[in-house]
Amino acid sequence: MLLRVEGLATHYGRIRALEGVSLTVGAGELVTIVGANGAGKTTLLRTISGLRPVTAGRIRFDDRDITHRPAAERVRLGIAQVPEGRRVWGPMSVEDNLLLGGWTRPRGELATSLGEIYALFPRLAERRRQPAGSLSGGEQQMLAIGRALMAKPRLLLLDEPSMGLAPRLVETIFATIADLRQRGTTILLVEQNAFAALSLADRGYVLESGRVVLEGPAAELLADRRVQAAYLGL
Amino acid sequence: MAGDLLQFLFAGITVGAIYALIALGFSLVYSASHVINFAQGEFVMLGGMGTVFAAAAGLPLPIAALAALVLAVLAAMGLERLAIHPARDAGLTGLVIVTIGASILIRGLAGIVFDRNFHTLPALSGDAPLLVAGATLHPQALWILAATLLVALALWLFFARSLTGKAMLAAAVDPLAAELAGIDPRRVVLWTFALAGGLGALAGFLVTPLAQTHFQIGVLLGLKGFAAAIVGGLGSAPGAMAGGLVIGLVEQLTAGYLSSAYKDAVAFVVIVLVLLLRPSGLFGTRAIERV
Ligand SMILES: Nc1ncnc2c1ncn2[C@@H]1O[C@H](COP(=O)(O)OP(=O)(O)OP(=O)(O)O)[C@@H](O)[C@H]1O
Ligand SMILES: [Mg+2]
Repeated sequence: MLLRVEGLATHYGRIRALEGVSLTVGAGELVTIVGANGAGKTTLLRTISGLRPVTAGRIRFDDRDITHRPAAERVRLGIAQVPEGRRVWGPMSVEDNLLLGGWTRPRGELATSLGEIYALFPRLAERRRQPAGSLSGGEQQMLAIGRALMAKPRLLLLDEPSMGLAPRLVETIFATIADLRQRGTTILLVEQNAFAALSLADRGYVLESGRVVLEGPAAELLADRRVQAAYLGL
Repeated sequence: MAGDLLQFLFAGITVGAIYALIALGFSLVYSASHVINFAQGEFVMLGGMGTVFAAAAGLPLPIAALAALVLAVLAAMGLERLAIHPARDAGLTGLVIVTIGASILIRGLAGIVFDRNFHTLPALSGDAPLLVAGATLHPQALWILAATLLVALALWLFFARSLTGKAMLAAAVDPLAAELAGIDPRRVVLWTFALAGGLGALAGFLVTPLAQTHFQIGVLLGLKGFAAAIVGGLGSAPGAMAGGLVIGLVEQLTAGYLSSAYKDAVAFVVIVLVLLLRPSGLFGTRAIERV
């Protein structure tokens, strides 16, 4: 397994946000985490990236214990995240956003990677000199994904990439994720749009109040009565 | 009369450049960490007093200035590591109090380790005044202007052209996103303090031949630099430069045409006016949080 999370707990002060969360992501898999507002999805991804301290449990990446490793080291090991709300650096140019995504990599390799990202997202190439903040929401999401890819991740964490986008753009984003996966990128996708996420994923986990309440192959979860009632509006 | 005006303008631009260097320290630190560092003036004092005492100990002037620079940089980094970072959750007001406490401590130590007398340094190109269109210009003023312009250019190149500079900007704009890219915001804050310490020391070294130095010189110079940073918009580097010039010019024109008794009050009047009329400053994009 590329990523193995075991019995993870995380707190905000004395408030427990995650409790006993265990999950795995194998190389080449697309795994999704679905759950309602406040279930702890963002907290989970931030803990995996090393932005939140772990209060119990372990995180293993590529058979290495990274539970207490600093965030920058996790990026170097190959974990990149597209944060909730995109969080591009608005005043800085599109190209600078991308280049900084490759901050942990040798400078000499950045030009090549930049070319690859521009090939993947031609819109970004057209707007390379514009401030990132002037892009549309969909373009900013492309940029946020491109920035994470500049780190050459072995595991890509995506936090609600479809949030706040018009339906047509949501489709584009999911097509992009399908495309990335086709190219062999391992992805852990957090989504409130459970139907779209489960339709695309190999496996899924359902998170409720900081705990995993259901898990299994995505097709089984899509067919599950409880999932349908709670998350698919069926 | 025209000669007088030119004289006041020269003086205003010269002190303005010093205030600009100090204001840059305030602004860089504020944008990286949202800390208003009221110990910034003490770095200026360390730059002046440190050079004086290192030179008195027998070091050649350039080496003495370098030693003082290192001292101020270490003081700034120590302040960040030992006081600011541990208190990072104290909020804006709490951190302001921490920096004020640190400035009192640094001043107190300087009064003991150095002394409590006024000192000066030899001007870099002597004291023979240059005559320009009926006004006199101290050669040290040219050094001050040249050094300030050079610093501005170097900072601009660093932040606009180098990836490291851009990473520091990114950490200021959104530390969480920076951390996800593997940029360590803590290190960025630490190095920004170091930079602010160096800028302060440079200002202290350059101004001492004209204004003398003293263990308490940092109080007033720090407040002038703070006023300049506020005028320009806290967090904006071009604003800090412009704000320095504004404070320097208004101050010297007031001293020239009204009375030098009002000179030091000017900075505070300007702060109040700016906060009332345009809280984001001349170049700033957002108002600072209320203290
Ligand atoms: N900075 C914080 N301080 C205190 N509590 C927090 C903080 N961030 C999140 N929480 C709490 O932790 C819990 C999980 O929040 P989290 O943001 O991880 O949920 P989420 O599943 O990502 O929700 P959403 O779908 O709205 O993004 C919530 O109860 C939330 O109120
Ligand atoms: Mg969330």
